Amino acid sequence: MAPSDDPDRRDFIQGVTAGGLALGLGAATSADPPADVGQPIPMKLTINGQDRELQIEPRVTLLDALREVLHLTGSKKGCDHGQCGACTVLIDGRRVNSCLTLAVAAAGGQVTTIEGLAKGEELHPLQAAFIKHDAFQCGYCTPGQICSAVGLMAEGHAKSDADVRELMSGNICRCGAYPNIVAAVQEVQQLAAKENP
Amino acid sequence: MTPFDYVRADGPDAAVKQVVARPTAAFLGGGTGLIDLMKLYAERHDLLVDVSRLPMDKVEATEKGVRIGANVRNSDLAYHAAIRTRFPVLSEALLSGASPQLRNMATVGGNLMQRTRCPYFRDGHSACNKRVPKSGCAALDGVNRGHAVLGTSDHCIATHPSDLCVALAILDATVRTTGPKGERTIPFADFHRLPGDTPDRETALDHGELITAVDLPALPWATRSHYLKVRDRASYEFALTSAAVALEIADGVIKQARIALGGVGTKPWRAAEAEKALVGKKPTPEAFAAAGDAALAGAVPRQHNAFKIPLAKRTVARALAAAAAMPG
Ligand SMILES: Cc1cc2nc3c(=O)[nH]c(=O)nc-3n(C[C@H](O)[C@H](O)[C@H](O)COP(=O)(O)OP(=O)(O)OC[C@H]3O[C@@H](n4cnc5c(N)ncnc54)[C@H](O)[C@@H]3O)c2cc1C
Ligand code: SF4
Ligand code: FES
Ligand code: FES
Repeated sequence: MAPSDDPDRRDFIQGVTAGGLALGLGAATSADPPADVGQPIPMKLTINGQDRELQIEPRVTLLDALREVLHLTGSKKGCDHGQCGACTVLIDGRRVNSCLTLAVAAAGGQVTTIEGLAKGEELHPLQAAFIKHDAFQCGYCTPGQICSAVGLMAEGHAKSDADVRELMSGNICRCGAYPNIVAAVQEVQQLAAKENP
Repeated sequence: MTPFDYVRADGPDAAVKQVVARPTAAFLGGGTGLIDLMKLYAERHDLLVDVSRLPMDKVEATEKGVRIGANVRNSDLAYHAAIRTRFPVLSEALLSGASPQLRNMATVGGNLMQRTRCPYFRDGHSACNKRVPKSGCAALDGVNRGHAVLGTSDHCIATHPSDLCVALAILDATVRTTGPKGERTIPFADFHRLPGDTPDRETALDHGELITAVDLPALPWATRSHYLKVRDRASYEFALTSAAVALEIADGVIKQARIALGGVGTKPWRAAEAEKALVGKKPTPEAFAAAGDAALAGAVPRQHNAFKIPLAKRTVARALAAAAAMPG
């Protein structure tokens, strides 16, 4: 789909370039909200430990705020409807879909994205394991897969390979790297279990 | 999404006032249903009142039963120790729904209020009596493989998509609310409405009425309960058919039975006739098959969804067999 055909993206760009003035889409009807609805509002987001002050419309999702406003483009937009997991980030350590989270609703929480997992040059164990096990092909789903796996480990419900497959099912990989993703996650889980029995 | 204002409610009463004051305002829970539909222009609201941080977020288990706060996240409820041991069907239903990420976001209140996945409703422009009253129903003669066979009308055949609600339907749940007319409790069977000729009215709630909790009475024999979901792929998919069942078996005879179906009804579908048919019977494959037949007795298929009728019968029978095999 060309960007201009995507209504959400089109709104978003209009919202930003027009200083947030709602340039209504299509014909105005009496059901349309009054023109001053939805003005940009100030909000403070904590992303990867840093406080970021933003002035954006309430309708901007966390995913769009990360990518288009803060230029943290690691989190990916696959479907924009909760159906693929490419946008997975952690809020207060819990994995969520940033495409269905309003940025303003995330204010006050600690947001962690793929950019916040490594410690300097030292990769997060899951990042290293994904490379070692060749757990991706095009890489588009990978940031979401890794953030999801961080959440999965914190939840602590996945023991067997079958559990990992089920509890990673919120992340679709259209390249079909699933077997290697399961292997990467299991290796890091088993290492962590050895270190903290 | 069309533009909207956002406020975080200070408390349940303030939230009710804020939504009541604007006819097109809505409560925001986890956002997994509402934001999705607003992006599709299937819903438009000019104010979202965020209730997701209100302290209605506890699971209180006592001997008398369990009170589940409306803001308890689907994942937290599914893994709650009292739910897993006392109401396995509820835990299983929740874990069969959506994805781990969505379950971390989705609230109990939002799940009860979730809307149909009918593609003509979601596309924001087809004829759809649910989205635009009196505009027609594109599904009646359209692609209706996913649609309902029970509780349908000439005006709407949309399936109620929730898994959680199918489990609640067999557990004598009550929904607690606070609204413009004060507090009240609604028996779960009366919470969702049949489409009739007003499919746009889906629940018993008034505009601005807030779900605060769901109560479950103690049901000792619900330890022998099970949820079975059949779908097009193994995970992260809505039900084609599903069954929530519970059995009380003593001395090799069924004393009480509970059966509800998902994926086939316009609301979470309790099958009271099928339950009655089991009482006094031995838990045999024949009795379970007969219960499946009874549950689907009133089913009306459309062009593409007739397969759901035999599938749902077998889903009921298999769920009952699995429950019968549980330690109880
Ligand atoms: C890709 C995908 C797959 C899914 N798969 C499944 C599945 O397999 N099974 C399943 O059961 N569900 C599934 N779901 C649906 C999901 O469970 C619901 O979207 C979710 O439960 C809604 O909860 P929420 O808190 O996010 O609600 P929101 O999206 O915030 O709100 C939904 C509705 O409830 C209203 N509301 C919210 N809280 C309250 C309250 N306290 N009182 C009154 N009204 C309230 C809102 O105004 C809105 O109308 C899926 C969703 C997606 C996106
Ligand atoms: S089945 Fe119901 S929701 Fe679907 S198009 Fe018809 S009226 Fe709309
Ligand atoms: S982009 Fe969020 S789930 Fe696909
Ligand atoms: S690596 Fe290409 S989508 Fe997963």
